[in-house]
Amino acid sequence: MSETVVKTGVYPVPLKDPYADETTQPFWDYALQGKLSASKCRTCGTCLMPPQPRCFVCQGKEFEQTVLPGTGTIYTFTVVRHPLRPGLDEAVPYVSGIIELDGTQGAGARVQANIVNCDPEKVRIGQKVKVLFEKVSETYAVPRFEPA
Amino acid sequence: MKDKTAIVGVGATPYYKRGQSVPETELSMACTAILAALDDAGLTVKDLDGFAIYSSSCDPAVVGATLGVEEIRFAATLTSGGGGSAGSLGLAAAAIVSGQAEVVVSLMTLQQATRRLGGTRDSNAVQVSGGSPYGGGGIPPGMAFQAHSGLLSPGHSFSLLTQRHMHLYGTKREHLAQVCINQRDNAIKRPTAIRKEPLTMDEYFSARMISDPLCLFDYTMESDGAVAVITTSAERARDLKQKPVYIMASANGGMGRWGSAIFTYFQMPDEYFASSGHRPVARRMYEMAGVGPNDVDVALLYDHFSPLVIMQLEDYGFCPIGEGGPFVADGNTRYGTGRIPVNTHGGHLSEAYIIGMTHVKEAVEQLRGVAVNQVENCEIALVTGGPAGLPVSGTLLRRD
Repeated sequence: MSETVVKTGVYPVPLKDPYADETTQPFWDYALQGKLSASKCRTCGTCLMPPQPRCFVCQGKEFEQTVLPGTGTIYTFTVVRHPLRPGLDEAVPYVSGIIELDGTQGAGARVQANIVNCDPEKVRIGQKVKVLFEKVSETYAVPRFEPA
Repeated sequence: MKDKTAIVGVGATPYYKRGQSVPETELSMACTAILAALDDAGLTVKDLDGFAIYSSSCDPAVVGATLGVEEIRFAATLTSGGGGSAGSLGLAAAAIVSGQAEVVVSLMTLQQATRRLGGTRDSNAVQVSGGSPYGGGGIPPGMAFQAHSGLLSPGHSFSLLTQRHMHLYGTKREHLAQVCINQRDNAIKRPTAIRKEPLTMDEYFSARMISDPLCLFDYTMESDGAVAVITTSAERARDLKQKPVYIMASANGGMGRWGSAIFTYFQMPDEYFASSGHRPVARRMYEMAGVGPNDVDVALLYDHFSPLVIMQLEDYGFCPIGEGGPFVADGNTRYGTGRIPVNTHGGHLSEAYIIGMTHVKEAVEQLRGVAVNQVENCEIALVTGGPAGLPVSGTLLRRD
């Protein structure tokens, strides 16, 4: 797949594969179907993002990959204005944020993501967002979020 | 551990802009700083027998062999990065109080000629070559959960923290600016400082934004150099060249879910997400010392980013949580007129960035009564390690 044109506000993802193992593959399988999911503790229901070997609440080690609504709330964000490496000159300004996901308990399952299709000057903490997946390769669909 | 050990020597190389220390090396600068610190104490290499460091700042095996140390009886590091700077003094005290070593060095040496600290996080990701579906190409499975967000550096991460602090508490860019201006004013008179031009509010607001809400001036400098301090028992300290600077208390650690805090992990509970992570460490440190924030005469707060000075003022109890911004804006931290002068040396923002060790040096000079911006009747100094991944740390030092 050739290099795509860099669009302002859209962070160009440098990976072309998720380099998944058994624990993380389920997330990327769902991602290719356009579904947001999290690893959910079978014992206490705590959601983890990304998957971890143990639940931080009950120390359990059995999890189930569970589909989420795909919506969330901006917990915090930054507008990146200075291009930190070559190839980002056209991408800035772009918004990177931490999102708390609906269907989870919040902390422990927050995701970091590029927030797109928005005016960077108008992004606010507490804003509702929804996931959209961008297919980067046959194996890797990347989650971004946009205003809901 | 309280008051059982003391800092007896401090040594430093000049401070350089990033990469300018060449042809010195990190090893050569470490040796210079260590020998200077021993000399300052009236000791020699023959006396040195322990390394209590942080961020694996040097390899005691290499330094020991290079300097011709006779025997090393203790070689340990705190496990985080800059978070351990103040705590390395507690580690030295622990080594001495436990009887394992007698003359212990803590240090940082830094050269950024070929690689920059905090360099973009996706530099691993961009070197991808093909690989097997399971962890091939040397890329860990966790990387794919981070590589797409556009968060590339510590500065980006601290921008996230600051944005939330502003949202929760109304902290303003003017407050951050005042942190920077205060420290620049402190640096102006110091021969060792790299940034000595006065900074105005107008200049601050005209500066390039790096990642909202942080601009160029909110970011630490990048520097080269080395600073070392020598700690020994309180008894031995009384016989040496300088007035002892006692380690009253030291604590390292943090809440378990503080974790790697914001470098690649953003799961800290709501209660303390928008903070420096130091609250539990501050509490234990004050408890060990038997004093409180009102007893502190000067605060050397790790300032990789200006908003974290504000958050540490809150977390160390100088003002209520959320009120750090106005506390600074009201002049409380200014040298000369403020109730709790902060970073009288100019700090990382204006003097030099040696990952927290210049803060230790300044605390020692303040308590010896020889600081450039000397605080009157300075009896107790606070030094903190970098708000970042666990462990963070805090140390209280007091004069003889």
